[in-house]
Amino acid sequence: MIITCKEATRLASQGLDRKLGFLDRVALRLHLAICKGCTNAARQMEFLRRAITRLGEDADERGALRR
Amino acid sequence: MDDFRSGVERHRPYLLRYASLQLRDKDAAEDAVQETLLAALANESGFGGRSNLRTWLTGILKHKIIDHIRRSAREIALGADEETSDFDALFDSRGHWIEMPAAWSDPDASLAQQQFYAKLEECLARLPAKTARTFMMREHLGCETGEICKELGLTPTHCWVLLHRARMSLRECLQANWFGK
Repeated sequence: MIITCKEATRLASQGLDRKLGFLDRVALRLHLAICKGCTNAARQMEFLRRAITRLGEDADERGALRR
Repeated sequence: MDDFRSGVERHRPYLLRYASLQLRDKDAAEDAVQETLLAALANESGFGGRSNLRTWLTGILKHKIIDHIRRSAREIALGADEETSDFDALFDSRGHWIEMPAAWSDPDASLAQQQFYAKLEECLARLPAKTARTFMMREHLGCETGEICKELGLTPTHCWVLLHRARMSLRECLQANWFGK
């Protein structure tokens, strides 16, 4: 159940692309609970998804969403 | 008919931007959009007013983009640039961060800033071709990994490696050029 940061970020990324297996989910959750760096990286990868979605929108739509 | 035609035309700039983000090639993007508009005009009844026109056009464009990717997948596969770069440099031999990622304060506030998107596009432009193509198919076109693998002739594992690599490079690039400033 102990995984490295390298492994944890790999799983965090894959979690955005497929449903992780039970053991992977548990290992990732345990790791993130004690690792600030990987928690930051995981959040930032999720943020990238939102950013790319917005990137495809018109500039004025982004403005509209802001209001 | 003319209303439909001008309605379709009005979405050209949006569609062009949509295609360019994925294809990274102005001519290819123009071609895909042109094919989309022609297909749309030839098939007005396919729209039937049932959904948002832009959404309908974007759906057609997505297929045209994937057609283009399929046709050019062989050339891209020849590029060997992907295998050399690796994010192993981010971790030490025990798999720990060499430089631990810092928290970004209120990253969603950046989504309201035009300059942020310019920076994001710069960071995307730095990704190697196959990595960028895979990542944008996933996040911009919204394809499932299975579809990406099929179109690009990749194994799922290779696909996940490329997606992971793209995300790590982009977060590093944004850290260095935006959030860490």
